Amino acid sequence: MAHSGFTLQRDTFGRLVLTGADGERHEGVVPVRAFPIAAPDEGLSLLSGDGHEVGWTDSVAELPATERALIEEELAGREFMPVIDAIVEVSSFACPSTWQLRTDRGPAELLLKGEEDIRRLPGGRLLIADSHGIQFLIRDVAALDRHSRRLLDRFL
Amino acid sequence: MPQPLQADRHPPLPAHWQNRLDNTLAAGETIEAWLETDLDPQLRFAPGLLVVTGHRLLTWHDGEARSWPLQPGLRLEHHDHAGVGSLELVDDQGRHALWRYTMGRNLAALRLAGEFALQRDSLTSGAPIVRDSEDLCPKCKAPLPPGEDECPICTTEGSTPPSTWTLFRLWRFARPYKGRLLAGFLLTLASTAATLVPPYLTMPLMDEILIPFQNGQPIDRDLVTLYLGGLFGAAMLAWILGWLRTYILALVSERIGRDLRTATYEHLLGLSLEYFGGKRTGDLMARIGSETDRINVFLSLHLLDFATDVLMIAMTSAILFSINPWLALVTLLPLPFIAWLIHTVRDRLRTGFEKVDRVWAEVTNVLADTIPGIRVVKAFAQEKREAGRFRDANKHNLALNDKLNRTWSLFGPTVTLMTEIGLLVVWAFGIWQISHNDITVGVLTAFLAYIGRFYTRLDSMSRIVSVTQKAAAGAKRIFDILDHVSSVPEPTRPVHLDRVEGRITLKQASFRYGTRAVTRGVDLTIAPGEMVGLVGHSGSGKSTLVNLICRFYDVSEGAVLIDGVDVRSVPVAEYRRHIGLVLQEPFLFFGTIAENIAYGKPEATRAEIIAAARAAHAHEFILRLPQGYDSLVGERGQGLSGGERQRISIARALLIDPKILILDEATSSVDTETEKEIQKALDNLVRGRTTIAIAHRLSTLRKADRLVVMDRGQVVETGNHDALIAAEGHYYKLYQAQARNVDNEDADPAAPVVPKTPTV
Repeated sequence: MAHSGFTLQRDTFGRLVLTGADGERHEGVVPVRAFPIAAPDEGLSLLSGDGHEVGWTDSVAELPATERALIEEELAGREFMPVIDAIVEVSSFACPSTWQLRTDRGPAELLLKGEEDIRRLPGGRLLIADSHGIQFLIRDVAALDRHSRRLLDRFL
Repeated sequence: MPQPLQADRHPPLPAHWQNRLDNTLAAGETIEAWLETDLDPQLRFAPGLLVVTGHRLLTWHDGEARSWPLQPGLRLEHHDHAGVGSLELVDDQGRHALWRYTMGRNLAALRLAGEFALQRDSLTSGAPIVRDSEDLCPKCKAPLPPGEDECPICTTEGSTPPSTWTLFRLWRFARPYKGRLLAGFLLTLASTAATLVPPYLTMPLMDEILIPFQNGQPIDRDLVTLYLGGLFGAAMLAWILGWLRTYILALVSERIGRDLRTATYEHLLGLSLEYFGGKRTGDLMARIGSETDRINVFLSLHLLDFATDVLMIAMTSAILFSINPWLALVTLLPLPFIAWLIHTVRDRLRTGFEKVDRVWAEVTNVLADTIPGIRVVKAFAQEKREAGRFRDANKHNLALNDKLNRTWSLFGPTVTLMTEIGLLVVWAFGIWQISHNDITVGVLTAFLAYIGRFYTRLDSMSRIVSVTQKAAAGAKRIFDILDHVSSVPEPTRPVHLDRVEGRITLKQASFRYGTRAVTRGVDLTIAPGEMVGLVGHSGSGKSTLVNLICRFYDVSEGAVLIDGVDVRSVPVAEYRRHIGLVLQEPFLFFGTIAENIAYGKPEATRAEIIAAARAAHAHEFILRLPQGYDSLVGERGQGLSGGERQRISIARALLIDPKILILDEATSSVDTETEKEIQKALDNLVRGRTTIAIAHRLSTLRKADRLVVMDRGQVVETGNHDALIAAEGHYYKLYQAQARNVDNEDADPAAPVVPKTPTV
């Protein structure tokens, strides 16, 4: 199933409304990527408000333009994984440690509770969970500037 | 700025916002609640502000101020997902606005939403605001001190890192041995002084005996005997003192090591399940085992040597200066260079050793993962892959060590080189001084004898760098455990429960695991002696609810009360004494069956143990074992069937005679025949106790007074079986699904058991 035939709209409450191939309407559907980290572009499911899958697509790119735009807009407001561009400063090399960061979403602060909150992903990527559960991503450790790399190195 | 009208129900607004607000607020308008948001709708970090006043909602975002008058029908809805919270302003027509913030500000947001509703209702109805008599903590609904956001019950997350001078924190463990440490220090002082006597005696030996002899004078036998006697005496004294010193200090350091290990383990056991959930067994084992040992060796060996070395250098310097200040100055010249060398290498090595430690934990983790899971590894024929994983971890370890050794290997020889150069300088300067008749040959000999020792000590002192760093890294990892405050803290002012009735009340209980809300706003009251069955799909939050009631976790929001007392104010151990737990996979410790039954009450008599086993229908099968109650059971109770192990764990729960009983899938992992046996045992157990039972097989819950149906973290239905069937809701669907399975069972005798994945 590459794409279960559905159409999407946004209602006045800002919720996504999905109309399935069978004509059934689902209000407040939520797009969820199946592999948000490993393969964000592959596989996207639409879950109804009560958590059941009501739509699926193998790739967002295959969807008609309106659906794609709505899904991407919704994802932009749901997916929060700031990408770290640089580590400006760390309060200490022992955890808990507060990091001052520059991210693709602006300057931010991260409280690292323990080194085990840094998850290594394939391809030299790192996923760092802060004390409130926000996931910060480092796309490529080697691509960071020297200063950031040196600070980061102390935690790896 | 004094704000006499401002109620003290919220913390003061930051000054830069206050300034903007002053121009906007009408006379007499007061701030009732505020929230500083840190994200914009596209989830970029950007500051913003929401303020609720008596008449309106004010917002500043992107430098733009907006205002919404409070009207009936207007509401603030709160959601959160993956660490991002959002507030939506909606009415019946649609959404007016949306604000987002990170979860750190969730408390303020909940407070704002609450205040919004209160102010709106009061404005619409004209009635004054009726608040709960006290302000409640938005997290745990406990009363708050006025104007404070932080709740005294909820523990706050520490953001202060432990000091880098971690090793000095070991003093806490050294304090009980102060006396012996002082004795050791004095002995060190004395023995070091004794070792410095022989080089000093070379001076008169040279100047008063050997040189005069070369110049034609006879050797003075008495003088020789005196000096040689002095040499021998000093050596003997140094030997005895050194032996005493090493013995006493090794004794002390072993005791410190023992205290450190036991203190760490005791602290670890006090931590909540949440902590264990986030850590890996191998890592924790390495910390308590090898790290404490490393610290121990450091204290007993390296630190001791280092102290001796420092003393020796200080004493030698004093002696050298007293003999000849100029030569002493030249001799000591390389010292700052070496100190500098040590210092520069130190930083590199420390980070290196910390990394090696972490990689080492990775190596043990692979083992700890694979060995317990060996059946799965073999079943899927993945030995090669696991071996590869281990090889990779080792490769990583090797690579780090190689890198480290590059610096480290350069270090030692460089110190030796400095030593040789230093000796060269002393020779050159000494010969020059002798030629000018400033010093005698004896003085130069004594200097060379001293610095021979002196520089070799510097060489060994340089080794302290690495061992100190290793020990400091180890100490840090130990203190990481010791500094971790249990997320299930002991109450500061404990309430003691003399008698427990067994009434359990959940008030708006929510639990968040990371960013995922596992249970949400559960309200439930269970009367003493009532049996409640928790029903729902796996992952619907049943086990989490039970974990909250057992206080394995503390609620993120809301409260759990026992007999009307918040469980957080009852000492943990005291509270758990009233709870009997029977799990799906009963864990039997290595020991006899009797010991396992008496686990929760080690002082139980044999008669009590047998009575409990009888009631649990375990007595007979135990007697069939070759050694009866004295039979040994292994790590996971090998040699016993699932049903037998389960009945032992039921006997264990029966023996402590708890008021509250929790059956978490107690019969799920056994076949239907065994289930009947266990069921009989359970019927004995349940009698007269408040019971909470989780079961996938709805038939198991036939005896329950009330069923609570859960779905995605919320209670969706309650009632007895018949009422719920009649309601044709969630329970009806579950029941129908299982009934269909039971019909199929005639053809396929496999029990309709959904394999239970361990949820939080």
